[in-house]
Amino acid sequence: MSNKVFAFVALAVALALAAVTQLIPNEYFFTAAYTVLLFVILATAWNILGGYTGYVNFGSAAFFAIGAYTTVFFYNAFKAPLAVGIVAGTLVAGLAGLGLGYLTLRLRGVFFAIASLALAVVLYVFVVNWDYVGGARGAYVLQPREIPFGMPRYIHLIYSVQLLMAAFALVVARAIEKSTMGRGLAAIRDDELAAECSGVPTLRLKIFSTMVSCALMGMAGTTFPYYLSYIEPSSAFSLSYAVNSIAMPLIGGMMSWMGPLIGAVLLGTVQQVVQVTVSSAWNLLIVGVLLVLFVTLAPNGIMGWVDAWRRRKGR
Amino acid sequence: MMIEALLEVKGVTKRFGGFTALDGVDFLVRPGERVGLIGPNGSGKSTLVNCIAGTLRNEEGSIRFEGEDICGHAAHRRIRMGLARSFQIPKPFASMTVLDNLCVPLLYAARKHEKLAPGRIVEEAVRILELVGLAGRAHAMSGGLTQVDMRKLELARAMAAKPKLLISDEAMAGLSASEVDDILALLFGLKEQGVAVIMIEHVMRAVMKFSERIAVLVAGRKIADGDPQAVVGNAEVVKAYLGE
Amino acid sequence: MEISTALLLNAIIAGLLLGGFYAAMSVGISISFGMLDVVNIAHPAFIILGSYIAYIVNDRFGFDPIVVSVVVSPLFFLLGMVLYRIYYVCFERRGQESLRGLAFFFGILFITEVALVLIFGVDYRMVSTRYGDVTWRAGAVDFPMRLAVPFLVSMTMVIGVQVFLTRTFFGRAVLAVAQDQLALRLMGVDPVRVKELAFALSIATAGVAGAFLIVIQPVQPAIGREFIGLVFAVCVLGGMGSILGTLLGAFVLGLAESFTSTFFGPSWAPAVSFGLLLATLAFRPSGLLGR
Ligand SMILES: Nc1ncnc2c1ncn2[C@@H]1O[C@H](COP(=O)(O)OP(=O)(O)OP(=O)(O)O)[C@@H](O)[C@H]1O
Ligand SMILES: [Mg+2]
Repeated sequence: MSNKVFAFVALAVALALAAVTQLIPNEYFFTAAYTVLLFVILATAWNILGGYTGYVNFGSAAFFAIGAYTTVFFYNAFKAPLAVGIVAGTLVAGLAGLGLGYLTLRLRGVFFAIASLALAVVLYVFVVNWDYVGGARGAYVLQPREIPFGMPRYIHLIYSVQLLMAAFALVVARAIEKSTMGRGLAAIRDDELAAECSGVPTLRLKIFSTMVSCALMGMAGTTFPYYLSYIEPSSAFSLSYAVNSIAMPLIGGMMSWMGPLIGAVLLGTVQQVVQVTVSSAWNLLIVGVLLVLFVTLAPNGIMGWVDAWRRRKGR
Repeated sequence: MMIEALLEVKGVTKRFGGFTALDGVDFLVRPGERVGLIGPNGSGKSTLVNCIAGTLRNEEGSIRFEGEDICGHAAHRRIRMGLARSFQIPKPFASMTVLDNLCVPLLYAARKHEKLAPGRIVEEAVRILELVGLAGRAHAMSGGLTQVDMRKLELARAMAAKPKLLISDEAMAGLSASEVDDILALLFGLKEQGVAVIMIEHVMRAVMKFSERIAVLVAGRKIADGDPQAVVGNAEVVKAYLGE
Repeated sequence: MEISTALLLNAIIAGLLLGGFYAAMSVGISISFGMLDVVNIAHPAFIILGSYIAYIVNDRFGFDPIVVSVVVSPLFFLLGMVLYRIYYVCFERRGQESLRGLAFFFGILFITEVALVLIFGVDYRMVSTRYGDVTWRAGAVDFPMRLAVPFLVSMTMVIGVQVFLTRTFFGRAVLAVAQDQLALRLMGVDPVRVKELAFALSIATAGVAGAFLIVIQPVQPAIGREFIGLVFAVCVLGGMGSILGTLLGAFVLGLAESFTSTFFGPSWAPAVSFGLLLATLAFRPSGLLGR
């Protein structure tokens, strides 16, 4: 399937899903689905750098929060509508990724990982101390009264937007994966030195994939302030984002765009159920345990099983 | 008129901490030339390759390729100019098939100086695999190859960059006599296409048969360079190889 | 003017005392990350675990937390051996340490934290010691025993590790593991075994450092994460794999944090270590003493 066809299909599916699900009477569906979609974007974005290129980013929460707080900033400063927040948040997160990548990707991969962790904490402290966006107390972002397309509540709109953005993230991820660049990234992941000696401009590709990955993570966060009309640092920088965006691709499979999607939908749904029936602390424990189990026992994730099964059938 | 050098290494020095691995090495390769580079273990052959290919930075000296100073160039730029190397310890792209391994340099290096239509990439990769005798393994995962096949893949991947100079770092270690002859034939074939080759090898039979000229490194210094017969007869070289 | 001199002196003393304690927290990372090339980002989790064990025993029986931690350190050593075995079999041997190995430790960090939250909740816990409220005064300068006792024991531990690594055969083997595994094999030493024991040692130091932590301040499961930046900052700042460098890095960081809290307010302090880490990585990745 060519990129254009895939983009068209993804868009069509997203629109159809958005339209059909509007009929669901249960309000809770939209809150839950919003969260799952948020994870789909985060996992897909993380995988562009983590899965395709082999560099671990522990700072997903930081980029997510950059997106969220950019929205807050533009809302406070100009009462800017959501669309502005989405574009600006994506760009700012991408720039932050570019900066981080430029400074640390020349070093060994682990340094990038550690630096990304550090960035999350530095930004957290920064936001906590920045009163303009609410500081430690948090900030209110009022949902607009008028909701387009005759949707009954704002959450319906946020959910639909998130659905479209998830489709967009998947299209981007798949396009990168299938392109020449995707092959270059895979070469970097397998052996960076050999990649460089095969003519792959490794530094440039790494920085680019970091930038795209971080921009998409930021995009996931841009709608978040509207989700609850309220945002505070500890929810925007929640460890849950960092862990889930690593665990979901690892569990689903990191070699293709489908792995993070499967991982996010599965794990995201399970967490929504556990959150309602047990508690959110158990949620995190489950994700952590699954992450460790998969990474030690099934390093290629669910898609790894599928591939192995296909190969066996092919013979 | 003098024939212009393809590769010109002058006074290259490389240190690892306090240890001097290369000490003022001069080395010259002309277009299409076949040069053997020999020396005992640890004499600095691979280090020289790394400095030429850009995976290590030499502290002193200059390296010119087709007259251009390439010391400041990243490794990927050097290979795009036509300077390919194989790794002594194979470094396959383990999650890719053997065929896809070759597509990486074809896409990223060969295409930069040779017109290759996108559709012809795979075709070209298959052709190179046939040359090195890996066509049967084209769709196998490269991580699962035998050591011998991995060495062939190393060579094939260097060839896929369509270089003007190919540096083969011990491609023949562990190969059987007939396989050595196959690789030799292959490298001779490159000469036909005007590709210069630096062959680093401990298999003396192959080096002698292949080289038009042999250079000898001992403990980071070049102690001899010239006609193969004369070099192996050289008293200093004999001493270095057989010990005092 | 008089007051600000006292303030300055106190900030320096507090920074140095804190630095000594940071050295104890980071010495394990210097071993595992700096020497063995095992990127154990779960290190702070074991520090917190050490804090909680010290807390439980102190709470029930009133024993001194530092004594408790030394007594239970063999358990941490064993835990470290088991952990390294898993890491070796699942990642290092397969050459997957850079991505999956890192994710593995991240998972361990996470599981430990959440498990502690589920058992003990998110309340801050503290211990009671005889010296906890004692402060020794020299003129205008305060030496709170709460900081000074962990400082002294930390120094003893860190110097002990340094002596052990440089003076014993096993210690030299650890130093050699990163450089030349072949030479080790030729000497009849199994590099994996060396790494296993050295890693276990690093976890044991984490357990002991955990007791220092809870003597110095109240502990809550999530604060472990804040120390990730700290331990790596110290390790990188001091130059990878050098214990003396670690000491230096720890003092630099302790002073930086102490000054930040004194002059800008404590809410900025966590940013110091991470900020220094980012800056070091960006501009001086070989550390303060590096080339
Ligand atoms: N990255 C490095 N760090 C420190 N020392 C190194 C490094 N690479 C090589 N050396 C040392 O430099 C010397 C030259 O090594 P080199 O690999 O170039 O030898 P060689 O001639 O290729 O040997 P062989 O025939 O065994 O391949 C050796 O003593 C080696 O130990
Ligand atoms: Mg060599």
